[in-house]
Amino acid sequence: MSDYRSHVLVCNGTGCASSHGVVVVDKLKSELERQNLSNEILVVPTGCHGMCEMGPIVVVYPEGTFYCRVKPDDIPNLVEEHLLKGHPVESLMYKDREGQSIPNYKKIPFYGKQHRVALQNCGYINPADIEEYIARDGYEGLAKALGEMTPQAVIDEVKKSGLRGRGGGGFPTGVKWGFCASSPGPKKYVICNADEGDPGAFMDRSILEGDPHAVIEGMAIGAYAMGADEGYIYCRAEYPLAIRRLRQAISQAEESGLLGENIFNSGFNFAVHVKEGAGAFVCGEETALMASIEGQRGMPRPRPPFPAISGLWAKPSNINNVETWANVPQILHKGGDWYASMGTDKSKGTKVFALTGKVKHTGLVEVPMGIPLREIIYDIGGGILDDPSGAPKEFKAVQIGGPSGGCLTKDHLDVPITYESLPALGAIMGSGGLVVMDEENCMVDIARFFLEFTQRESCGKCTPCREGTKQMLLLLEKICGGHGEMKDIDLLEELGLMVKEMSLCGLGQTAPNPVLTTLRYFRDEYEAHIRDHKCPAGSCQALLSYSIVQNACKKCGLCAKNCPVHCIPGGRAEGYAIITERCIKCGTCFTKCPFGAIAKG
Amino acid sequence: MNLSAEEMRKKVLEIIDPWRGREGGLIPILQALQGAMGYVAEPAVKIVSEELKIPMSEIYSVATFYAQFHLTPRGRHVVRVCRGTACHVRGSLKILDAIKEQTGCAENGTTEDLRFSLEPVACLGACGLAPVMVVDDQTFGRSAPDGVRAILEQFL
Ligand SMILES: Cc1cc2nc3c(=O)[nH]c(=O)nc-3n(C[C@H](O)[C@H](O)[C@H](O)COP(=O)(O)O)c2cc1C
Ligand code: SF4
Ligand code: SF4
Ligand code: FES
Ligand code: FES
Repeated sequence: MSDYRSHVLVCNGTGCASSHGVVVVDKLKSELERQNLSNEILVVPTGCHGMCEMGPIVVVYPEGTFYCRVKPDDIPNLVEEHLLKGHPVESLMYKDREGQSIPNYKKIPFYGKQHRVALQNCGYINPADIEEYIARDGYEGLAKALGEMTPQAVIDEVKKSGLRGRGGGGFPTGVKWGFCASSPGPKKYVICNADEGDPGAFMDRSILEGDPHAVIEGMAIGAYAMGADEGYIYCRAEYPLAIRRLRQAISQAEESGLLGENIFNSGFNFAVHVKEGAGAFVCGEETALMASIEGQRGMPRPRPPFPAISGLWAKPSNINNVETWANVPQILHKGGDWYASMGTDKSKGTKVFALTGKVKHTGLVEVPMGIPLREIIYDIGGGILDDPSGAPKEFKAVQIGGPSGGCLTKDHLDVPITYESLPALGAIMGSGGLVVMDEENCMVDIARFFLEFTQRESCGKCTPCREGTKQMLLLLEKICGGHGEMKDIDLLEELGLMVKEMSLCGLGQTAPNPVLTTLRYFRDEYEAHIRDHKCPAGSCQALLSYSIVQNACKKCGLCAKNCPVHCIPGGRAEGYAIITERCIKCGTCFTKCPFGAIAKG
Repeated sequence: MNLSAEEMRKKVLEIIDPWRGREGGLIPILQALQGAMGYVAEPAVKIVSEELKIPMSEIYSVATFYAQFHLTPRGRHVVRVCRGTACHVRGSLKILDAIKEQTGCAENGTTEDLRFSLEPVACLGACGLAPVMVVDDQTFGRSAPDGVRAILEQFL
């Protein structure tokens, strides 16, 4: 590879691929061919670079010049100017708030504050080529474990790192491994939970697509430590590229002797299979996931027995999340102390967050534990997204931890994010989804939205979850529909606590969290819906009406022209008015009026 | 796909053969059946049940549990709209409404001409580009209600 004077990395992660990243690769290759540069410049399709909003991302090395929103039509110019003549193309560079171009991606605030461990290879290597993984110290951790360490020493190293499960619960990984290792029996399994059911989270997907070997190597190390010889990766079927990359990586590792029989001549055998999930959120729960691998309905069962004693096919099993596994090779390679030097006292290392919603730079962000939300949302995320008209918007809340999590407010922006601080506020770390919301998002609607999700995904095995979430949803629908009564608020709270207390699995035990936290921090919004029949955010359709502010109206007629149900009669002379009874509250007039003359309320 | 009973039997046997005498095959078998026929057809389920000695009730208990399986034929193009959190806060409900209006298709339904099926889904893992819709295997990010027609027209 050293023969090339320059490497051009093109993000082909799901985000960039959907904004023509794949065409950019083809176009680059053909353009390089045309300019006779194919022998000098290598085009490398990579996994997600993190800043998906600005995709497709193209980075030119060795300089590290960062281009974003690159269109296929930009390629001839890019090749001619940068790669042939050596003049970086300013128009394709990232611009900061003041409109300054920032050529090097390390100087972009989005990347400046990040510390990439689990994502260290995502966006840097070609995930389809095992050599590139190996060139980045890949499989060194496994070699060290098998060559120099006893299984117990591996477990101790992971314990020392302080790594805690990244799938939601935050249980210390080394301790969990210890349980499975000491469980008797000749046949054990290690499992990778790649179900990623949390809506709004895509870190597992990006790791699988961008660096599949890290997960496989992590699993092999774990298998050695616990005495397993077989592993399963349970990946949701909605992630076809991740599944393809995993299968490809497994067969490359097998060909290289890094999986299979007698790895590194150590006598250690390990085989991995990929299982496609079939679309059920509850299958992310560990006992349900194992039932699903066995071919049954994926329903949780009571614990104990814990999987470490009786898991897949009643054999001792250990299950970890994708991001958890991806951290393991580096812990072995660089040492537990190195990992434990990042983060806080009890929450060590780094965490990947999926930053989405009303924030300027959505994408994947990996930061040391303990960082405050403000730095993630403002310094890295660039702050709150402007209105389409360009007007600035206010931060209102951030939903953290997915459907099991909670909504935090601006009062919490400076709290360090750790496994301890979040539950104290009623939220959880969960898988690390951060959905930012502005004034236009109604918190009652958000609570209703999550309840709709958990109610639909409840497996129905236990009554509190099946019936309780249903009743809670009905109450929230009633409130959003403008028929709420004050006593519904107490009822919601009471039901929520009951469902939390009485449900069998984590789904039911956490389903009320979005309701309980919004009741805690945004009770006035519930009260406004009930008492005043108003949705302060202007989002609940039933409580909304549109009208024309006559003295702001310039009688241009754009609203009338765009109204899909033609309920704005009038003309240049007499002006316009909305026939409220016929209005379907689509909001088109509101967005189309150039003079802000449509009132919503 | 219209298969004769004979072809159907052959296809089903091909799918189940590797799973004889092994555990955990039911879900991959259903996935393969759906992959081959577009949906989980009753005659195929019967063959699986007889050949592998799994009661029909058990097969249907699994097939109805998972969102992925369809027991009726679907349209030639499957339109999925993300209804996950990130997409919701950026207005995916309006995308869904626009698709319903354009195609006349109900949620989880199929148009009469079998051209489109419409499926809201919980998250497509492309949340950075919210709101997201997917037609067959093609992802469309940052979609807007008035862009829906142009996207669907590509699949006519
Ligand atoms: C309803 C429910 C859904 C879950 N979904 C996931 C998931 O999609 N991915 C995941 O890694 N863990 C999920 N979990 C957590 C797992 O049960 C389990 O704790 C985790 O995979 C353990 O790995 P870790 O220790 O590495 O975090 C879910 C739990 C519940 C209760
Ligand atoms: S809590 Fe809900 S999802 Fe979990 S087992 Fe009970 S019914 Fe099923
Ligand atoms: S909200 Fe929609 S339906 Fe109502 S008046 Fe405005 S454009 Fe017409
Ligand atoms: S997919 Fe390209 S940056 Fe995320
Ligand atoms: S929330 Fe829509 S793709 Fe994730």
